[in-house]
Amino acid sequence: MDKREEVLLISGVDVLKCMRCGKCSATCPSYDEMEYHPHQFVYMVETGNIEPLLSSESLYKCLSCFACVERCPRGVEPAKVVEAVRLSAIRQKGANHLKAENVPELIDDDTPQQLLMSAFRKYSK
Amino acid sequence: MVFSYYPGCTLKSKATELDRYARLSASALGFELEEIENWQCCGGVYPMAKDEIATKLSSIRALNDAKMHGQDLLTLCSACHNVIKQVNNDMQTNEDIRTRANNYLQLDEPYLGETKVVHYLEVLRDTIGFEELKKKVVNPLKGKKIAAYYGCLLLRPGSVLKMDDPENPKIMEDLIKALGATPVVYPMRNECCGGYLSLDDKEAVAKRREKVVQSAAEFGCDCMITACPLCMYNLKKNEDQIPVYYFTELLAEALGVKE
Ligand code: SF4
Ligand code: SF4
Repeated sequence: MDKREEVLLISGVDVLKCMRCGKCSATCPSYDEMEYHPHQFVYMVETGNIEPLLSSESLYKCLSCFACVERCPRGVEPAKVVEAVRLSAIRQKGANHLKAENVPELIDDDTPQQLLMSAFRKYSK
Repeated sequence: MVFSYYPGCTLKSKATELDRYARLSASALGFELEEIENWQCCGGVYPMAKDEIATKLSSIRALNDAKMHGQDLLTLCSACHNVIKQVNNDMQTNEDIRTRANNYLQLDEPYLGETKVVHYLEVLRDTIGFEELKKKVVNPLKGKKIAAYYGCLLLRPGSVLKMDDPENPKIMEDLIKALGATPVVYPMRNECCGGYLSLDDKEAVAKRREKVVQSAAEFGCDCMITACPLCMYNLKKNEDQIPVYYFTELLAEALGVKE
């Protein structure tokens, strides 16, 4: 299976519905942190240009806040595309973005379990 | 009225106040929270991938437990609420996920999404009613200007969570009014606080936090309320030193049951 097919399958998203209005990126709270923005994820998956996404830090900047899902006028659900590309990257052996041994230096006395759980779900397999 | 209650891991550790004040307030309002047995962590984030089953199972077990008790499943933490409602929606609408999850779980009877999931706020609005709630307030929070912070997980995706209008919510503002205080409506109330990025990119979260809190401060609030322990963690370090409370704490205070 090629990467494009894999991402489409994991995400369940029909990227052809996108009309490239850019609303998803305009509303994205992580816009400034991202090299590739949600509408670019959708377009680059559509055209099969996935390699640059797989190695981009942008994968780890998405907050899964569902703003793009809520506000896309075409029901594309860009967050699911970002999630699928991220999974495709971290499911490879040794590709975890967050390693358990680095966690102690990242937390403090108030760090809620929810944060650790969420981050591990998002960044590691 | 008895609800199956799913507290989630954070309410048992860093967010015990969110839980404790919810229980005290529930007794004062006449409904019961029956904690389900042996619940497991929901994972904190909804697994969006269509091919993931294992990460959805803890939610499905909790949903099935409530079904076996013939009760609605009540959640309090915004994240648990988001995850469990979205997984329940998968079990109702996605045949592939439903089949594979049931094949794995081998329950006495397959789980098909029968349980109704309700957030504590929905119980206040739909079961108790804000008018009734108002009558039980003994310490009205008079003169307090409170900014409700919804963040992202409580309301989105609106088509699945069906809790309130995701772009123009009012459930927490109505609660604030019922408690005798004045709600402050501000533009960033349903924009993300930075969420789980606060492990990996603390600077980005600091920017989010200040944007959200300054937006509330500009509209003249005395304090903010939230239903989410991660929002609490991210927001409470704000430079404006605006206090952030769990909504249940102010509820308990107004009901006169805060210990
Ligand atoms: S908002 Fe929807 S239609 Fe517009 S660019 Fe983004 S994905 Fe495409
Ligand atoms: S879900 Fe991710 S991509 Fe979509 S708006 Fe939120 S942060 Fe941006």
